[in-house]
Amino acid sequence: MAKGIKDKVAILGMGCSKFGERWNASPEDLMVEAYKEAMADAGIGAEQLDAAWFSTHMEDIGTGRGGMPMGIALRLPNIGVTRVENFCAGGSEAVRAAVYAVAAGACDIALALGVEKLKDTGYGGLPAATVGTYVPQWYPNAVGPANFAQLATAYRRKFGVDADLLKRAMAHVSVKSHANGAKNPKAHLRNVITEEQALKAPIIAEPLGLYDCCGVSDGAAAVVVTTPEIARALGKRDLVTFKALQVSVSNGWEMHSNQWDGSYCHTARIAARRAYAEAGICNPREELSLLEVHDCFSITELVTMEDLFLSAEGNAVKDVMDGFFDADGKIPCQIDGGLKCFGHPIGASGIRMLYEIYLQLQGRAESRQLANPKLGLTHNLGGQPSQNVCSVSIVGLENI
Amino acid sequence: MIGIVGYGGYVPRLRLSRKAVVEANAWFAPQFAGKARGTRSMANWDEDSITMAVAAARDCLGADEDRSHVAAVLLASSTLPFAERQNAGIVREALTLGRNVEVMDITGSQRSALSALGEALLRAKADAGETLVLAADNRETRAASAAELDCGDGAAALLIGRDKVLAEYLGSATVSVDFVDHFRRAGEDIDYVWEERWIRDEGVGKLVPEAIAGALKDAGITAEQIDHFIFPTSLQKMDVQLAKKCGIREAAVVDGLLTQVGDTGVPHALLLLAGILEGAQAGQTILLAQFGSGAQAFVFRVTAAIRSFRPRTGVSGWLLRGVEETSYTKFLSFKEQLRLERGMRGEQDKKTALTTLYRHREAILGLVAGRCEKTGEVHFPPSRLSYTPGQPALDTQKPYKLAERRGEVLSWSAEYLSFSMAPPHYYGQIDFEGGGRILMEFTDIARGDVESGTKMEMVFRIKDVDEVRGFNRYFWKATPLRPQPAASDAKGSE
Repeated sequence: MAKGIKDKVAILGMGCSKFGERWNASPEDLMVEAYKEAMADAGIGAEQLDAAWFSTHMEDIGTGRGGMPMGIALRLPNIGVTRVENFCAGGSEAVRAAVYAVAAGACDIALALGVEKLKDTGYGGLPAATVGTYVPQWYPNAVGPANFAQLATAYRRKFGVDADLLKRAMAHVSVKSHANGAKNPKAHLRNVITEEQALKAPIIAEPLGLYDCCGVSDGAAAVVVTTPEIARALGKRDLVTFKALQVSVSNGWEMHSNQWDGSYCHTARIAARRAYAEAGICNPREELSLLEVHDCFSITELVTMEDLFLSAEGNAVKDVMDGFFDADGKIPCQIDGGLKCFGHPIGASGIRMLYEIYLQLQGRAESRQLANPKLGLTHNLGGQPSQNVCSVSIVGLENI
Repeated sequence: MIGIVGYGGYVPRLRLSRKAVVEANAWFAPQFAGKARGTRSMANWDEDSITMAVAAARDCLGADEDRSHVAAVLLASSTLPFAERQNAGIVREALTLGRNVEVMDITGSQRSALSALGEALLRAKADAGETLVLAADNRETRAASAAELDCGDGAAALLIGRDKVLAEYLGSATVSVDFVDHFRRAGEDIDYVWEERWIRDEGVGKLVPEAIAGALKDAGITAEQIDHFIFPTSLQKMDVQLAKKCGIREAAVVDGLLTQVGDTGVPHALLLLAGILEGAQAGQTILLAQFGSGAQAFVFRVTAAIRSFRPRTGVSGWLLRGVEETSYTKFLSFKEQLRLERGMRGEQDKKTALTTLYRHREAILGLVAGRCEKTGEVHFPPSRLSYTPGQPALDTQKPYKLAERRGEVLSWSAEYLSFSMAPPHYYGQIDFEGGGRILMEFTDIARGDVESGTKMEMVFRIKDVDEVRGFNRYFWKATPLRPQPAASDAKGSE
């Protein structure tokens, strides 16, 4: 295995716009909001940036294609700006590119920024994705909720889980995230909900109700990365460094052969194994301090606990119901509200996850601050359970 | 000997309650109060004359992968979806028949199914191989019209040939006259109909007996010898009156299925024939006549081989599979008589790349997957590389048909978010017996019909409609495998 990027790259600064229905903010405004915060946090000027990576998914309703929308919106000093797109994991891809550039020594300081403007469609939820000219001739006119809802039907059958019990566990996931999101001033949804509300909400895609689905939000997030040496030279202390950055992409095995059982995300398990190896983590359930996972739907978060080897197979329902991932549990998950409540501006989400872990590790998370977190994990999933992109990143304090 | 060597039918699952229609329109059309009895068959939104013809053909041909005995497909209908693009050609692709099979659309009158039958018999006489005669209609009628209540949707199939003849062809006659009881100019949807009394007296009452007399003479038998007289009509008791006029025993008159199905139009005579053949006895004679731009009649005699064949579901089976539909607005919406609000999600462009369709037509229209010769794994869509982890083999996949194989639901959902003509929108992953997996849409389904592990079968349906350019996309969908129900089970609404 390659040597990896453990402790070779540090976070110099981060920024995140308020997520939500930003009716009066353009994608350019959102980019500026996140960028200004990140650059102020980093304490550098634009002339110190060597290169930038830009993540946005739905270019047609957002910023348009290529790197130019970011170069122009931020008036960057004619540095290289490269757009990356990898479904909902695009933000993590932009970070990976910037981190790799620094780790390679090609750049001293690099910027990664993700943005998505989703509330200019005229309706709720995500627009339908187009996938070339062949797939639409056989593939269902599918939407995200129903793609992920299928995890629940397959999971129930595989482990013989009662439908009502699974629904309650899913409700617990969402109730927890709403409670967390309520404490986060940048979160899209800041209301506390009850289990009963979650259980009785209108069905969006069997068995997912309204509260099993994450917010569809406008927002942007940015990170400036550099080497630990440069960060220290710039006066930074309590450095947060990258321990692992892994991405796994489906190769068709799940969708086009008969071996995958439909109850989990194959790529998540591969990316998690690689990330733990890269970070030198042997027992993630004991070693990780907090998680930001891709809770696009409550059932996704639930099966992800098994995909990240935090819960034993078939045991996530019990761990969730026991509060293992609650704010006061062993490994708090979505302490910022997650996709569920912080919101899900697609191209920004992976960087938003990193933002919360960065704040927590630096002790800057205000009313939601956890006690002495040392190591955090982000899990950023794009696509749908049977074909997807999964990024698992681990960041921590420098000498952990 | 030439004649019928196979038969099948198809009646859509939905059966619209006539009472629901009459009550909805009572304020406007109180004269139909007397018609508020029984049901009429109603095509689902994703069915048309092409998909129903495919269903009837599969009922007739069975699950056998070898369909090389079929040399020609004649598709008769007065509601073909395409005016240009051979409709029977789409049926041929769906049935995965050979590329040298002759295909033909036959249309323009209510007796075009019998025109197709005559053509098929000529081909059999010339020893040109077996001909699959298909007839289907997805009736288009105006809201609050008599036709709306009288009509039904359906399809039928006959296989005409020389081997193992189930019903021997004895004779026929045709009367071709431009008697315009109704008409529909090209591009129009709905028929314009003349006075019923004139149609009865001058049309049916005179032209059909002439055709029947000619057919009986050609067959060399008398009217009294007829055991089953098939004459589809929505004119009340017209079949019985005709029998009387022609000297056919009243007991020989075959029930027109009007209470359950309605008059399905072009396919109706063949649908009734397919129903009668299921229980017919060796030696019985069948007279089949239809009216339209004249009249046509055929005589067959059932052979001793009749019990050697069974359609897969058969007309009797389709009749029992119905579920009563009480939503009149659903019917109007499916028949494009009522435009329901689709929301912005209904605006998505459904333009079909015809180059792509042609390149992948066997996979899309025929549901042909690729089976890796090395591993035996089945992949859909077929591809150059297999999906074997770690060692994807190149060019090892051979065509492997999935349409007649059963599947099982691996995972599923039903959602209310995307635009669907019949919400909620069901889809999920199907694992096929023998290998192969497709994430696909489900149809003819209701709440409680499906769970992970439910056995499913494939049906050929409309995938999407491109309203901007006037194009239908066809693909296969999964529907729960339904055991033959008892007669008392046919109720409920989807």
